[in-house]
Amino acid sequence: MSAVEVRDVTVRVGEQALVDGVAFDAPVGGFTAIVGPNGAGKSTLLRAVTGIERAASGMVLLDGVDLLALPRRQRARIVALVEQDATTELPLTGRDVVRLGRSPHESLLGGGDADAASIIESALARAGATDFAERDITTLSGGERQRVMLARALAQQPRVLLLDEPTNHLDLAAQLDMTSVVRSLTDGGVTVIAAVHDLSLAAAHADAVVVVQHGRVAAHGPTLETLTPALIGDVFGVRAEWTRNPLTGRPLLAIG
Amino acid sequence: MTRVAVTATVLGAALVASVTVAIALGSADLGVGEVWGSIVSHLGGTASPLDALRDGIVWELRLPRVLTAALVGAGLAVVGVVMQAITRNQLADPFLLGLSSGASLGAVSVLLLGVGLLLPVAAFGGAMIALVATLSLASVGGPLTPGRTILAGIAVQSFAAALTSFVIFWTATGDSYRDILSWLLGSLAGARWPAVAIAGVAMLVVGVPLMFSGRVLDGFAFGDRSAAALGIPVAGVRWTLLAASALLTGALVAVSGAIGFVGLVLPHAVRLVIGPGNRALLPLSALAGAVFLVWADTLARTAFDPRELPVGIVTALIGAPVFAILLLRRRSVG
Repeated sequence: MSAVEVRDVTVRVGEQALVDGVAFDAPVGGFTAIVGPNGAGKSTLLRAVTGIERAASGMVLLDGVDLLALPRRQRARIVALVEQDATTELPLTGRDVVRLGRSPHESLLGGGDADAASIIESALARAGATDFAERDITTLSGGERQRVMLARALAQQPRVLLLDEPTNHLDLAAQLDMTSVVRSLTDGGVTVIAAVHDLSLAAAHADAVVVVQHGRVAAHGPTLETLTPALIGDVFGVRAEWTRNPLTGRPLLAIG
Repeated sequence: MTRVAVTATVLGAALVASVTVAIALGSADLGVGEVWGSIVSHLGGTASPLDALRDGIVWELRLPRVLTAALVGAGLAVVGVVMQAITRNQLADPFLLGLSSGASLGAVSVLLLGVGLLLPVAAFGGAMIALVATLSLASVGGPLTPGRTILAGIAVQSFAAALTSFVIFWTATGDSYRDILSWLLGSLAGARWPAVAIAGVAMLVVGVPLMFSGRVLDGFAFGDRSAAALGIPVAGVRWTLLAASALLTGALVAVSGAIGFVGLVLPHAVRLVIGPGNRALLPLSALAGAVFLVWADTLARTAFDPRELPVGIVTALIGAPVFAILLLRRRSVG
C-alpha cells in the first residue's frame, strides 16, 4: 500500500528540538492519528509536514516526491492544514473564508480557476458549513468556525489533509459528524493525518496511530495493537484499560 | 449590478465631478463649464475661453493642486489597506505608524540640510527607517499586537516630528512655523505640476501594482501561518509590500507633507459598504481616498478664505473621531 512517508523530520528552536527525527508512514487514503501528551510536539509536527514550520531536516514523500522541496503554492495544492483556533478580526463571510482555499489554484490576479464556485459550494456542504456561508465568521461559535476552516482546507482539494485537534471545539453530535466527514474523505482517497487527544476516538476510527512523546515517535502501528495499556501508562501516566462502547461495539478507553 | 460595481461607478463619477467642482470653487469666481473649457483648450492646444489671469488660476494653480490631492488621497488609502492587512491591525495607517513623519524628516533633510538625494528617495528612506523602527520597537519582548504597534508608531511619529521641527528651526528664517506646519500636518498649498508628476509616477509605478495585491492580502486574514498554508511566501510578501508602502508614502509625503488619517478612515468607510475583501477594497478605497482628499483640501483652502488651513487639520478633525470609534469598538487592544 502506498503511503505518505514522513522521513526523519526535525524542527529546532534554538538548541532545542521540538520535533526530533520523526519518521512514520501514513497509508494513502487512510486516517492516521497522532497522539501524545500536551507539549509532545504534535502541532509542530503537523506544521512541519505542511511546510509552514521550517524543518531543520527531513522529507515528506508522496509518490516519491518530497513535498517539502516543492514550491509553496504547488505544495498548498497537495497539502492542507486545519489549525486549532484560527481567528480573524475581519468580518469575512463563511464563503469568503472558504474561497481563500482556492488561492493556491488561482493565477496571481485571481483568475484561471473556472470551477471555483462549485468547488467552494461542495466544500461547504461536505464540511457541514453551508449554513454559515453567509454568516460573519467573527460571530460564529468555535465549532461552527472549525467547520468553515475545514471547508477552506477542502477547497484546496488536497491529497493530504492535516487536522490539529479537529474535534476540540465540537459538541458531541458534531464530533460524530466530523469523524464521518473524515471517513468520507479517506474513502475518496484523501490521506488524513490528525492530532487527536481522544484515544477512544483514535482507536474507533483511525487506521494507524503515531504516539509522540518529547518530540519523538514512541510507538507506531495499527491503533489497538500499538495503544496497549502499558504504553498508555508510560506515555500519559495514567492507568488505562480498553473496553467496548456498549452502543457502537467499538473500543473505548477507561482510565483511572 | 453588484454592490462593488455600483460603488465603483458612483465613486468614479464622484471623482470626476469633485475635481471639476473643486477647481471652480474659491476666490476667483469660475463656472464648471469654464473650468472644462480651459482644461480642454490646454489639452487640445486651442485658445482658452478665459482671460489669462483666470486661465492661469485653473491651469497653473487649481488643476495641479486638485490632481495632487486626488493622487495623494488615493495613494494614502491604498497604503492604509495594505498595512492594515499585512499587520492584521485595523488601526494601521501610514501616519499613525510613523511612516509619514519619517518621510517628512527625510524630505526636510534634503531641502534644508542639503543632503544629496532626490527628494522622494530621501522621503522613502525616512519612511522605511520609521517603519523598521516602529515594527522593531513593537516586537521587543513580545508578539506584535495591534496595541503595541500603535504605541510604537506614536513614539516614532513624535520623535520624527520633533526632529523635523528642529531641523526647520535650525536652518530656516522668519516664516519657519508655516513650513513646520506644512510638513507635520500636510499641505497641498504648494502643489504645482512637478508635484503632480511625482505623485503620478509613484501611483503608476507603485500604487497601481499594490492595488493588485488583494488576493495575497486576503490570505493574511487568519495570520501568518494560515497564509503560509495557502502557499504564500509570508516573509517575502510582507517585506515587499511594506517596502512598497514606504516607497509610495515617501513620494506622496514629498509633495504634500504628512497628511494623517486618510489611510485609516477611507478603507473603513469603504469596508462598511462592500465588505472586507481586499481585492475590491484596494481600488475602491483609492477612489474614495481621492474624492475625500480633494474635498478636504478644498475645505482647507476655502473655509477661512483668504487664510488657508493645512489640509492635515481637516483630515485629523474627521479622522481622529473615527480612530476613537474604532478603538471603542475593539474588545481589547492587547
